[in-house]
Amino acid sequence: MAEFLQFLFSGLTVGAVYALVALGFTLIHNASGVVNFAQGEFVMLGGMITVFAAQAGLPLAVAAGVAIGVTALVGVALYRLAIAPAGSASVVSIIIITMGASLFLRGTAQSVFDKQIHRFPAFSGETPITIGGATLMPQSLWVLGGAAVVFVALHRFLAHTLPGKAVLATASNKLAAQLVGINTHAVLLLAFGLSAAIGAVAGVLITPLTMTTADMGVSVALKGFAAAMLGGMGIPVGAIVGGLGLGLIEAFTAGYLSSAYKEATAFLVILVVLVLMPRGLFGPKDVERV
Amino acid sequence: MTTIASRPSRARRRAGAVRTGFAGLAGFAGLAGLAGLAGLAGLAGLTLAQPARADILIGATLAETGPAAFLGEPEARTLDMLVAETNAAGGIRGEKVKLIRYDDSGNPDKARTFATRLIDDDQVVAVIGGSTTGSTMAVVPLFEQAGIPFVSLAGAVVIIDPVKTWVFKTPHTDRMACEKIFTDMRARGFTKVGVIAGTDGFGKSMQEQCLAVAGAHGIEIVGNETYGPQDSDMTPQLTNLKNAPGLQAVLNAGMGQGPAIVTRNFRQVGLEVPLYQSHGVASKSFIELAGPAAEGVRLPAAALLVAEKLPDDDPQKPVVLGYKTAYETATGQPVSTFGGHAFDAYKLLIAAIERAGSTDPARIRDALEQTRDFMGTAGRVTFTPADHMGLDETAFRLLEIKDGDWTLVQ
Repeated sequence: MAEFLQFLFSGLTVGAVYALVALGFTLIHNASGVVNFAQGEFVMLGGMITVFAAQAGLPLAVAAGVAIGVTALVGVALYRLAIAPAGSASVVSIIIITMGASLFLRGTAQSVFDKQIHRFPAFSGETPITIGGATLMPQSLWVLGGAAVVFVALHRFLAHTLPGKAVLATASNKLAAQLVGINTHAVLLLAFGLSAAIGAVAGVLITPLTMTTADMGVSVALKGFAAAMLGGMGIPVGAIVGGLGLGLIEAFTAGYLSSAYKEATAFLVILVVLVLMPRGLFGPKDVERV
Repeated sequence: MTTIASRPSRARRRAGAVRTGFAGLAGFAGLAGLAGLAGLAGLAGLTLAQPARADILIGATLAETGPAAFLGEPEARTLDMLVAETNAAGGIRGEKVKLIRYDDSGNPDKARTFATRLIDDDQVVAVIGGSTTGSTMAVVPLFEQAGIPFVSLAGAVVIIDPVKTWVFKTPHTDRMACEKIFTDMRARGFTKVGVIAGTDGFGKSMQEQCLAVAGAHGIEIVGNETYGPQDSDMTPQLTNLKNAPGLQAVLNAGMGQGPAIVTRNFRQVGLEVPLYQSHGVASKSFIELAGPAAEGVRLPAAALLVAEKLPDDDPQKPVVLGYKTAYETATGQPVSTFGGHAFDAYKLLIAAIERAGSTDPARIRDALEQTRDFMGTAGRVTFTPADHMGLDETAFRLLEIKDGDWTLVQ
């Protein structure tokens, strides 16, 4: 029983990290249909800026605030300087632009900060909580809680606010949205800024567990992307279920089967799901628009 | 040998082509009187662009950026520092050393391109480099074919086993690290050991080596687990090790943040047995990242890490302390064992060039192979035709982390 609980806690910890990163993909994808390959770099910036702001003497909470704010500005700048000038380029071209942005941000972070691994202390101490013989770090609860808060906020924003609906309208048909008076540039600007901020929140919350380096973005984004695809790209509840599902599959495979197969099992499940449900677990059913 | 013979002629051919280009341009402008001058200017430009004939050209291809940048960066800084030092002291027999350094970012394809450029275009007499095993093995055939001595800074045993005529290496191998750890385990009476390793190149290779030599040291492996290099939680694997029958000690082979997370999770799941880490974590940042959980962790490492703590009669002390002080003054960064590998490679090479009394690559190679009792940061080096690493197990020091710092285990 203690073993089962330990595997469960591990799965939830890792899964919450994936879910939080997966949520970051949601907004930009909703607004533009683009998968932002620089999302992992937003997570990295959240962690790295916090580390260096704290080293410069700021209290951790302030440093985290600075990191989230600066990263949101980076997101806005990414849209202004790289995405907007591309005009009405195809989705594929814009995805390639985000890949370039990812490389640029990684390289810049390596020279502005450094290439070392960093960490800052967990928010509520480093003493594990023991439940039924299994242990859980308090920071895992912060990550789970953070994922829940971001999820609820995103859900409310998209479903119940005017800007949120403008985001969905822009995604659905950019030209039509413009015709009914939606400022699609502002919507996209907002989507990039908020996505970057969500990424930075993820970076701040996960760094005490995962640690951070200038080139962590790729691997973080890869798992987050897999989680988002599993749940359904662009759907907040899909990101949560996909992330936690992926984490739990990995933990239980490592625990009960073999740690050598944990990634293989996770990706096998993703393959099977995507073959049966190409839009992911919670994705919309394919509807042919006429 | 044919490659060496053909090299000067290739350089001359290129120089000739450039010169006619200059002359042709000037002639086209109709300034016949100036054509000669322009030709001269072109010649002067050429001699300036090409290093003076007397310079000793040493090449390097290192992973200064990319995922292996933590290796390549200190290596590059060390080489720059040492070349400046040599030249300030009057060079080798009055000839200046010139370092031609490329950044291959640990990518084997790029390493091959740069190795080719070093051999064909830059005409170097010897090359230091290959920060990673992957980039080293990619360029080994090129240096073997061209007949240029190559000193690798990468860890794996395949680089020098089997021995390759032109290839040497300075770092310890992971097999030696395993042997050092197992010897200490036996001395403390542990025979039932759990192994956990990262799935990156370093972890995988060391895991294989450790499993291969365990039997010979009377060690029984009771559990064997792996984790991805970017994983954020290893408690399932450690829980399984905890439940392994008769577990007396755990060995983690890995580098990067993985081992720090393993160490934290190790305490989190309440494992009480001793934990051994590999030389892959032998840097101060490991203690910072793992925090109080690192207390009592043992690991094999080069003497460089504990330079100040070595007893005064230790023959290695002046070497490691000298390098540490010089590096930290020159760069303002804490010293790392990786830079130390570059230090050893450069010093070995310079000594060989001095002994050879020539810049002929073949004679440098022969002199290098005759290196006896060279004291470097990695240990005492004696090359033989059958051993191109030349270190023995005694070169590793066993360290224990106490009160957030390294201590020597006697």
